[in-house]
Amino acid sequence: MVRWFTLVWVLEERSSPGSFEELAMPLFDRLYNFAHWLTQDRQEAEDLVQETYVKALKGFSSFRPGTNFRAWIYQILRNTFFTSRTGLKAAATVPLDLEGDEPILPAVKDTPESILLQRSDRQIVQEALGRLAVPYREVLLLSEFEEMSYQEISATLAIPMGTVMSRLSRARRALRDAVQQLQGK
Amino acid sequence: MGCEEWTKKLDAYFDGELPADEARALDEHLRGCSNCAAEGLRRVQQKRAVAAAGMRFTADPAFRVRIQKSIAAPRPMLWSRRWLPVFGALTATAAVLIAGALFLNLQGDRRSERQLVSELVDQHVATLASANPVDVVSTDRHTVKPWFAGKIPFTFNLPELQDSPFALVGGRVSYLGQSPGAELIFRVRLHEISVFIFQERGTYDGRENELARTVLSFEVRSWRHNGLHYFVIGDASAQDLDKLSELIKAAG
Repeated sequence: MVRWFTLVWVLEERSSPGSFEELAMPLFDRLYNFAHWLTQDRQEAEDLVQETYVKALKGFSSFRPGTNFRAWIYQILRNTFFTSRTGLKAAATVPLDLEGDEPILPAVKDTPESILLQRSDRQIVQEALGRLAVPYREVLLLSEFEEMSYQEISATLAIPMGTVMSRLSRARRALRDAVQQLQGK
Repeated sequence: MGCEEWTKKLDAYFDGELPADEARALDEHLRGCSNCAAEGLRRVQQKRAVAAAGMRFTADPAFRVRIQKSIAAPRPMLWSRRWLPVFGALTATAAVLIAGALFLNLQGDRRSERQLVSELVDQHVATLASANPVDVVSTDRHTVKPWFAGKIPFTFNLPELQDSPFALVGGRVSYLGQSPGAELIFRVRLHEISVFIFQERGTYDGRENELARTVLSFEVRSWRHNGLHYFVIGDASAQDLDKLSELIKAAG
């Protein structure tokens, strides 16, 4: 009997918002950071995070346990962003070559670039990231900072794996160019 | 394959996304080609620079509290109103249902346990096949343990391995059912052993406190202690796994 009651309790526990809090709150700092990177504004970032949590909590019953919660909530955040005024504006200034299928840019082998990048400090990289088009910025952050796999990025951005790879490659190149510009080369 | 072809694979290689055989081939090429090695170094440096620069914005603590409050809900009571009708119906056929529930629970426990162990065996194999099997590379437990601080919601003790055949290789953050945990890699002779540590609530609700079995020729040991669930998985001998498990248990 006790066992059955436990089962009933577990079922209720799993469908309760308590589980949502346990999954969602550990991601708060990173979600806020990501939101701020997207919006470039503290107030807008707060609004975006708040809306994300509200939408995620409301839709939590549609989240399938065992699938990737992090990718799911990041997807909600960026979908919310791209339907906001700032997001629509950002989407309208997407570089033309973003989804092109031309081959990945060949590597640049000159040593001065390597040295420049090595010397570039955190502030310059942050400024360069801020100058990138939002799709480049977000894919770089998801890969390098959030350490998401290509599969997770693909799920978060709702784009095929091949596009993840080509977009990442272009984003890395764009960042390198931005760093060089900031360093006055 | 020419350098141009190799460099196209560098990003996937450093992102840990290249298949194991291609990663090994590229690894060999990098050892012998200074141009590609220099390009590889540049890309790693850029990856690290972005990773370091990524954490830039911190939320106002008051905003965090506001969000936490908005999503927090009181812990559900054992007998909430919506279960009462269910209980009413149950009382009529209590004996049959209890027997059925107990049986299903037992089966469920076994299935969950098998599924979980098999998932961890997969993770162990994937780790060994990875170009970057560990995120913190160190044989020093005083380096590995602090590395996990802030990355996982618990802490654990690592054993003193002096005078034992085991060596610590390093560690990485692992996930099970969306809960973060620690994966530690130990080496004994030519074998590598993964030790997974997760919070007990993130794993299955099985009855068995301790587990020792063989899955696909991998030895598996598991136990619970202080709210944590430990899994030791490797292709070393059963004695080696027992010995390592004892050392970890002794460390508490």
